[in-house]
Amino acid sequence: MRDVGPIVDARGIHAHYGLSHVLHGVDLIVHPGEAIGLMGRNGMGKTTLLRSVLGLLPPRRGSVHVRGVDMTRAAPHRIARAGIAYVPEGRGIFPNLTVRENLIMAARPGVGGRNEWTYDRVLATFPRLMERLGHGGQQLSGGEQQMLTIGRALMTNPDLLILDEATEGLAPLIAQEIWRIIGQICATGVAAILVDKNLAAVTRVTDRNIILVKGRVVFEGTSAELRANPAIGLQHLGV
Amino acid sequence: MRWLALPFDTFAIQLLNAVQYGLLLFLVASGLTLVFGIMGVINLAHGSFYMIGAYLAWSLAEHFGNLGIAIVVGVALSLLIGAALEWLFIRRLYDRDHLYQVLLTYGLILIVEELRSIVWGDDVHAVPVPDWLAASIPLTDTLSYPVYRLWISGVCIALAIAMAFVIQRTRIGMTIRAGASNREMAQSLGIDIRFVQLVVFAVGIALAAFAGMIAAPVSSVFPGMGNQVIIICFVVVVIGGIGSVKGALVAALLIGLVDTFGKVLELEVAGIPVLPELAGMSVYVLMAIVLLWRPEGLFGKRAP
Repeated sequence: MRDVGPIVDARGIHAHYGLSHVLHGVDLIVHPGEAIGLMGRNGMGKTTLLRSVLGLLPPRRGSVHVRGVDMTRAAPHRIARAGIAYVPEGRGIFPNLTVRENLIMAARPGVGGRNEWTYDRVLATFPRLMERLGHGGQQLSGGEQQMLTIGRALMTNPDLLILDEATEGLAPLIAQEIWRIIGQICATGVAAILVDKNLAAVTRVTDRNIILVKGRVVFEGTSAELRANPAIGLQHLGV
Repeated sequence: MRWLALPFDTFAIQLLNAVQYGLLLFLVASGLTLVFGIMGVINLAHGSFYMIGAYLAWSLAEHFGNLGIAIVVGVALSLLIGAALEWLFIRRLYDRDHLYQVLLTYGLILIVEELRSIVWGDDVHAVPVPDWLAASIPLTDTLSYPVYRLWISGVCIALAIAMAFVIQRTRIGMTIRAGASNREMAQSLGIDIRFVQLVVFAVGIALAAFAGMIAAPVSSVFPGMGNQVIIICFVVVVIGGIGSVKGALVAALLIGLVDTFGKVLELEVAGIPVLPELAGMSVYVLMAIVLLWRPEGLFGKRAP
């Protein structure tokens, strides 16, 4: 039985980088299968919020529960093993490993032993990686690197996939391709948090959206609401 | 320039000695380069565990009456010692400046030397070669080569192959390499990086100790024996390229050859004797030449 509570339940997160107070009591709740857009201009705390949830930057105040278990100060690998996969900004592929090794090293069954995302299925999702299996991570184009990081995240059979600026710096056609695949992945029932500046592309995929301004949530609502009120995007995102 | 050639049989024996010495150096240096390359920690005390290995081999062989059992028990103990040290001290160094690492691990040298004195005393000991390896292979009517030295080389080669296999071909090796390149990313993929680091450090210590154990019957066991080894091992790591196990193997063999033949060749330049008089400098001259040619070492990553 899959539990029906939220995968991530983060409440009142306060986070600091050195002396600067980046997050001021942010809540982030993700239910199974839900796709959430996390938006805001640069420096508003999106990545910091993700890092707090992932255990990479433990919050100063507030709590993070993953599947009902308190993981506020847990090691990042425990949070990952609770079913959360991370595709960081800048991608974070291992350049000293081949494409094949990047995928294999991450392979593991998900929570409850699910093994839907096998090596073969990931390669079928990203056929371009198939021709590159023996190449080092650094020999890939930006788009291929992004496919590799998403594929690698899927190898962990996550219940929640976190994508930080997945299409940043990619050519429009490649970005479109990535968005199409993200849409496919979300349709399989994997929950997702998408951070991106492309409001239209994000809201096509997401159910719910959060906008951060200076470390606070200023808007939370459905994609339909955002589309119906272009003023919101204009005011907080400048788009 | 005058050059005195060696007779072939002497040359053959010295070549075998050089390879055996180089392979033994590789075992010690591989742990050093792994720990430095993956965790970024300079462990000055690494050579002390070469000494601990030799003393363990001596005392355990006396206790069990069998060097083989002594080595198995000794390696298990070294793994435990390495894991305990990582847990108690070394993991506090990963995010710190190299100065702290040098201070702490230099302190460890003094502590290990003192503990060795308390536990085993300051005497020099000999470890007998096991009976089944005690034979010699005759090369000519007057010269022969001990089987035990060949056995040392064989064991070192087997371990080098096993290490290359684990690092390059197994999932554990991929995890270690991934953790070395991007610790945070590896953690976010569910890898317990602290445990990986503990294991790598413990294995490095066990390799150094194992080298001391198998060297004990040929080198004898004496206080401070690790200090000679650690300096040469740093030369190996620097020549090979920091973090490169392959580089450590090539560099260790090179040093074995240069050091051994530096001591037996006779060379005169313009009437001034150069070798073997200056043999003590030969490995450092080699290091200087390599660094002038390739500042990052033979197999090191070029600084971007």
